[in-house]
Amino acid sequence: MTVKKLSPDELLGLNKFAVDEEEPHIVLDKAICANCKEKPCLVVCPAVLYTLKDGEVNFDYAGCLECGTCRIVCKTKGISKWAYPRGTMGVTFRYG
Amino acid sequence: MSDEEKFDAIIIGAGPAGAACAYVLAKNGKSVLLVERGTSAGSKNVTGGRLYTYALELVEPGLYQEAPLERKVVREQIMMLGNSSAMTMDYVDYDFGKEVPQSYSVLRAPFDEWFAAQAEAQGAMLAPGILVDELLEADGKIVGIKAGDDEIYATVVIAADGVNSFIAQKAGLRKDIDAHSVGVGAKEIIELPEQVIEDRFNLNGGEGAARVLVGCSGGVLGGGFLYTNKSSISLGVVLNPEDLADQGKSIHEIMQELKMHPAIYPLIKDGTTVEYGAHLVPETGYHAMPKDLYRDGLIMVGDAAGMVVNTGTIIRGIDLAIVSGVAAAQAILKNENVSNVGPAYVKELEDLDLTPTMKLYANFHELMSNRRMVTVYPKMANEMMKVLFAVDGKLPERMDKAMLKVLKKHVTFGQLLADGWRGFKAV
Repeated sequence: MTVKKLSPDELLGLNKFAVDEEEPHIVLDKAICANCKEKPCLVVCPAVLYTLKDGEVNFDYAGCLECGTCRIVCKTKGISKWAYPRGTMGVTFRYG
Repeated sequence: MSDEEKFDAIIIGAGPAGAACAYVLAKNGKSVLLVERGTSAGSKNVTGGRLYTYALELVEPGLYQEAPLERKVVREQIMMLGNSSAMTMDYVDYDFGKEVPQSYSVLRAPFDEWFAAQAEAQGAMLAPGILVDELLEADGKIVGIKAGDDEIYATVVIAADGVNSFIAQKAGLRKDIDAHSVGVGAKEIIELPEQVIEDRFNLNGGEGAARVLVGCSGGVLGGGFLYTNKSSISLGVVLNPEDLADQGKSIHEIMQELKMHPAIYPLIKDGTTVEYGAHLVPETGYHAMPKDLYRDGLIMVGDAAGMVVNTGTIIRGIDLAIVSGVAAAQAILKNENVSNVGPAYVKELEDLDLTPTMKLYANFHELMSNRRMVTVYPKMANEMMKVLFAVDGKLPERMDKAMLKVLKKHVTFGQLLADGWRGFKAV
């Protein structure tokens, strides 16, 4: 194997996830996000799950590494819910 | 509900703090429920990282010999990175590997799973896959937990639920985390054959290296780390989230740039990344600890209580978590009356040197929050090394003048004095 820069998708593809399709553990209030100038979530998320599409913040909770960084930098409370996934759901680190 | 259905202790979170507490309590005959939200203990946890062995010795002498630890660390390294250069200090001390080795590199998924199983073997009941939703309260005391529709009661509840500790927040002991008091860590596990790791890092079989990286954070407050595991390398960065946001720099990109740095790449080349992890790290030491570590019926341990020390060369978290778990267990064992457990826990933390250690290093984070430490000085050190080693056949500049030129390019004497004074004061 050769070491190279890996995209967020490539990196997350290495991890084991059990996605809770019924209950997202992080929910955005997009109306608030639309008015947020700084959008710190775009750069602090190690999994790069917050992206900008046509000026709107897009978010996918499926690859979440459950670190909590987005919650603590979100000053506008655009993240209206941040909880741990329900038991057994979410990421399962095999190395950690 | 009858007394038989009530546990002596419910521990929320089967990380090292929770497992250590469960182990000591169960060994001494207490009924313990150890609740873990992941499918197995350790499955939600990430470290740099390493474990200082004394803490496991405190739980049970010799226990470490059976633990799934990676390599005993004998090489302590500091690497300052320039753009296409690096200066590495390498301190090897074989005393660190003698008798009970001082520390081991560790991977948390296997380690935490093993440690929780040890607590189980002592009689604790391990309940994985359960997220605790609420605390149960009666007459101002915490009396149990609620998970889904289940209500479970205990004499004492221990919040060992890590850095985000929603349990401590629900108990009113802590507010949510301040962005400036934590670092966000991102790490890749890069697999390589054992022999290759030993050759690249000058290690004998079973020995390991731990390396702090400075000047690799794209100008963002923070740094990097590299630990050799048995057959993988843990390479990562820990960055200040507020500063990342202010500078608009992506942690993912900084991490990927680090891998490709000309002085890092040869260490990991031909390796295969097998996992990408991320986690928050309490960064401001004693100042980040909540004022109250307990209330009637509840105590906080480990990361939940902000118990991390970072001196720049020594990063301690797992060991402090274990010590606090033992302290909590001892406080419970020594006190029949639950109201006395909290104050006794605080005293145990003093007696076990945890709180005094946190206080001793209380201001070290100020050194790390000095931007020149992560941007200017690593580059300056590299350029000074270049003066010492570069030859191009032309008449070289006088050594003293050349050095002074490098110095003046990066800092003023005022800044140098100020930083020296700040450093002196922090220490």
